Amino acid sequence: MIANYGYKDGSGEYYISIDTDQCIACSAQRACLTACPKGMFEIISDDYDEEVAAVKPNFRRSLGFDCSDCKPVGGYTALPCSSACTPGAIKHSW
Amino acid sequence: MTAGEKKEYWRWEESCWTDDSKNWRDAKIITAGIDVGSVSSQAVVCVDGELYGYNSMRTGNSSPDSATNALKGVLEKSGMTLTDITYVIGTGYGRVNVPFAHKAITEIACHARGANYMGGNSIRTILDMGGQDCKAIHCDEKGKVTNFLMNDKCAAGTGRGMEVIADLMQIPIAELGARSFDVDEEPQAVSSTCVVFAKSEALGLLKAGYSKNKVIAAYCQAMAERVVSLIERIGVEDKFFITGGIAKNTGVVRRIEKLLGTKAAETKYDSQIAGALGAALFGYTLMQKQGAAAAKAAA
Ligand code: SF4
Ligand code: SF4
Repeated sequence: MIANYGYKDGSGEYYISIDTDQCIACSAQRACLTACPKGMFEIISDDYDEEVAAVKPNFRRSLGFDCSDCKPVGGYTALPCSSACTPGAIKHSW
Repeated sequence: MTAGEKKEYWRWEESCWTDDSKNWRDAKIITAGIDVGSVSSQAVVCVDGELYGYNSMRTGNSSPDSATNALKGVLEKSGMTLTDITYVIGTGYGRVNVPFAHKAITEIACHARGANYMGGNSIRTILDMGGQDCKAIHCDEKGKVTNFLMNDKCAAGTGRGMEVIADLMQIPIAELGARSFDVDEEPQAVSSTCVVFAKSEALGLLKAGYSKNKVIAAYCQAMAERVVSLIERIGVEDKFFITGGIAKNTGVVRRIEKLLGTKAAETKYDSQIAGALGAALFGYTLMQKQGAAAAKAAA
């Protein structure tokens, strides 16, 4: 399943999508949990009883702001979350 | 209505229905799904995996009371009691506050499952326009979610936004859809995506000489554009189905269809029960699995 967390507002679209099929047999030892400096990820039991990563509810309406330290206006080459998740499950829309 | 009493234009019709052609007393497994949303609450009862009855009403101040009252409607109409129900699943934003639920499942999974039942197993894209949020969901032929996106950051594109416009225009909410087509020419959408600003913009349009119908049309178009921009992020795969209260507003639905270039699948069921129905069906599957496991262990 592709789970899209985030929102769209007047300033743009801010979604983190997680391909949760990759999380079921995560080959990165759940690296997302420790890689994010804000601790934005958690492991949940989804509606089909699979243990998968999700963005914590309290971050879902403020991603644009919360991720700004990792995304300086001058540009960046890699994000801690998507680099640590070697199965490539995490994608950002902005 | 007495003098001085304020007419509630936003108030939509509550409904309670049971299928009298079915005898629930003959059923092996009776399950219920309770969807406690921010604006409305529904209870659905399924007998042996088939829809038997539902009750759809406005959510009150407390989620547990809303859940209890929603189910009470079906129980009273059918003569059933809570003890006749084998398994109950709660869904919606108040899902963890359904006092008699055995389990809670998110409304995303429940809407997909409910839409699969209501619109058939060829449904692949679901747009749920609820009271205070809007969801776009992709599912497979079994109604299992494959992709989803939710916007609950603001009330634009939701039932609550439409209620605000009904009150502002002083036109019953059920009439808004038809009224929105009774215009000499299709107006531009109201430009604001925020319901608060859209309200003041609508007032401005009335002052500028727009008819009420034209303002409603502009608002329906804005709502359609907003939800289409949301659904476009995950794409539309046919067949496409709309759940939630706004599915009853033809003014928004026809405009969404026009923007997407595809028609929404029709259903004979009330679009607002999709979440609760999905929850009741999840309960049935779970009971079947438990029954099969118990039979296997006993063999
Ligand atoms: S997001 Fe990546 S690292 Fe985290 S559990 Fe899923 S696959 Fe593993
Ligand atoms: S960009 Fe940075 S703050 Fe945002 S989720 Fe990734 S690691 Fe966390």
